[in-house]
Amino acid sequence: MTQSVLVTGVSRHIGARLAGVLAADPEIDRVIGVDTVPPRARDLGRVEFVRVDLRSPDIGQVIAAADVTTVVHMSLVSVPAKSRSAMKEHNVIGTMQLLAACQRSSTVRRVVVRSTTAVYGSTPHDPAVFTEDSEPVEVPHSGYAKDAHEVEGYVRGFARRRRDVVTTTLRFANFMGPAVDSPLTRYFGQLVPPTVLGFDPRLQFVHEDDAVEVLRRMATEDHPGTFNVAGEGVLLLSQCMRRAGRLSIPLPSPAFRMLGEAARAAGLLDFSPEQLGLICHGRAVETLRLAATLGWKPKFTTAAAFDDYLRSRGISGNLPLAVLDYFTRR
Amino acid sequence: MEDFLAFLRRRITGEYEVDEFGFDPELNDRVLLNLVRPLYRKWFRVEVSGLEHVPAEGGALVVANHSGTVPIDALMMQVALHDEAGRAVRLLGADLVYQLPVLGHLSRKSGHTRASPEDADRLLRKGELVGVFPEGFKGVGKPFSQRYKLQRFGRGGFVASAVRAGVPIIPCAIVGAEEIYPKIGDLTTLARALGLPYLPITPFFPLLGPLGLIPLPSKWLIEFGEPIRTDRYEPADADDPMVIFNQTDEVRETIQAQLNELRLRRGPAFPPLLAGL
Repeated sequence: MTQSVLVTGVSRHIGARLAGVLAADPEIDRVIGVDTVPPRARDLGRVEFVRVDLRSPDIGQVIAAADVTTVVHMSLVSVPAKSRSAMKEHNVIGTMQLLAACQRSSTVRRVVVRSTTAVYGSTPHDPAVFTEDSEPVEVPHSGYAKDAHEVEGYVRGFARRRRDVVTTTLRFANFMGPAVDSPLTRYFGQLVPPTVLGFDPRLQFVHEDDAVEVLRRMATEDHPGTFNVAGEGVLLLSQCMRRAGRLSIPLPSPAFRMLGEAARAAGLLDFSPEQLGLICHGRAVETLRLAATLGWKPKFTTAAAFDDYLRSRGISGNLPLAVLDYFTRR
Repeated sequence: MEDFLAFLRRRITGEYEVDEFGFDPELNDRVLLNLVRPLYRKWFRVEVSGLEHVPAEGGALVVANHSGTVPIDALMMQVALHDEAGRAVRLLGADLVYQLPVLGHLSRKSGHTRASPEDADRLLRKGELVGVFPEGFKGVGKPFSQRYKLQRFGRGGFVASAVRAGVPIIPCAIVGAEEIYPKIGDLTTLARALGLPYLPITPFFPLLGPLGLIPLPSKWLIEFGEPIRTDRYEPADADDPMVIFNQTDEVRETIQAQLNELRLRRGPAFPPLLAGL
């Protein structure tokens, strides 16, 4: 049987890398990448690019025309490019259209959807560690997390109606790595990142290489269900700052929120309320199910992923350490 | 000195491990416990007994009475288990702690986590020594007239966790904490406005202002009792309310008996004035 994989969101970093990896797999006959904007000059090999707006029903024609057998839905945007409503349209309506097309298709037999651990929310009442079966204490009510929560709802509905299709939902921790460009990587890229006074959240990262590998395995093997994906261990925000050699300014949370909104208005940084939640209360997830199912673990721990990010961005120099060394030199 | 510099260096470069609950053993051992140890040794002169009942390794659930208006007793138990039994106890704290700035993350760094079945189960599965105060605010915040009378033991969730994990319950009695801030009144309205469970009036607070916040130097005894085994149950019994109620009562009665006996053994909380002259 011929294998033909459709990857949405192929113009963005992880989507493009996944498409490249799949195209290099001789078992796979065709790799079709779709997105609303053409991929950057980057060479995607034999990936066929189709420019489709997911919000339109055109995606159904692409799936039918190419006899797609596997759909990898990567096209969830976490930052509003133009407006929040456009982002929501893209994420939620786009997913609905895609799933509608999959439901009609007689060839699709595997659907992999990228989601996020942000669906668990972030509150002081959270369990220390979320498993895939944990219900969020507070259902996310804004931004990306809300979109992902709604997307997951539609995916569950699809899985129920098409039990013959293997449906996999991957809840990724924050991506981290040399080429990742996310609100969080931009946050750590600032000279003096603000933190919230009196809070020191637990954070988890997944390295981009591991993210691509998990997606590749899920796209080529049958593993139905929902999986958390994160590097082993946690880093505290204060620990991240120390590793980066950054001095941070602790701000009371209303000031932090105001600054965040001002930065967003000025187009400097994308900031949303759920990010304030993460920066206050943090979040950790369990990844045993992924490891047991795949017989494989992410190569990068949370700390290793963060260190790789720091190395690649050339973030080095630690003023407090320099001071310590200066005074203790003999 | 060498060692201290290496420690400073690790702290500055972030090269230390924190577990998934946010526990930072190095910070806890070298900084946080040192801050409360003087209180333990010099101020309350805590004496510990029954250490042979604390397992040297593996999961167990320490269940203790809670008192003293401000939950200092939890910290004293933590020092006792750390210094005398060589174990890092993982305490289960009130929701309120994790909503507050500073306190929330310090408590996590010290190895505590929010009291919830998920967290208790996870810690016990990992073979940790978990500490819990089932009376909660009903215990710490009770009036001085109710001292050494155990309050209701929550809803028995702690027993269910121990049964699920098949770990022993170690009853622990703490005598001395009742006298540190004798609560003789409660500013209920103000407490409610501030979102606090109570706002105590003691003989010295708010009368003496900040001075009234100094705990009275009562004499403390902490005793760990004989472990109550839960492996006679099946893990499924954790869902049988009757088993849980009965077991909860047994633990409560054991601790009450321990408290009565320990209180007699201690005698007066404060030495009679001029006793030494």
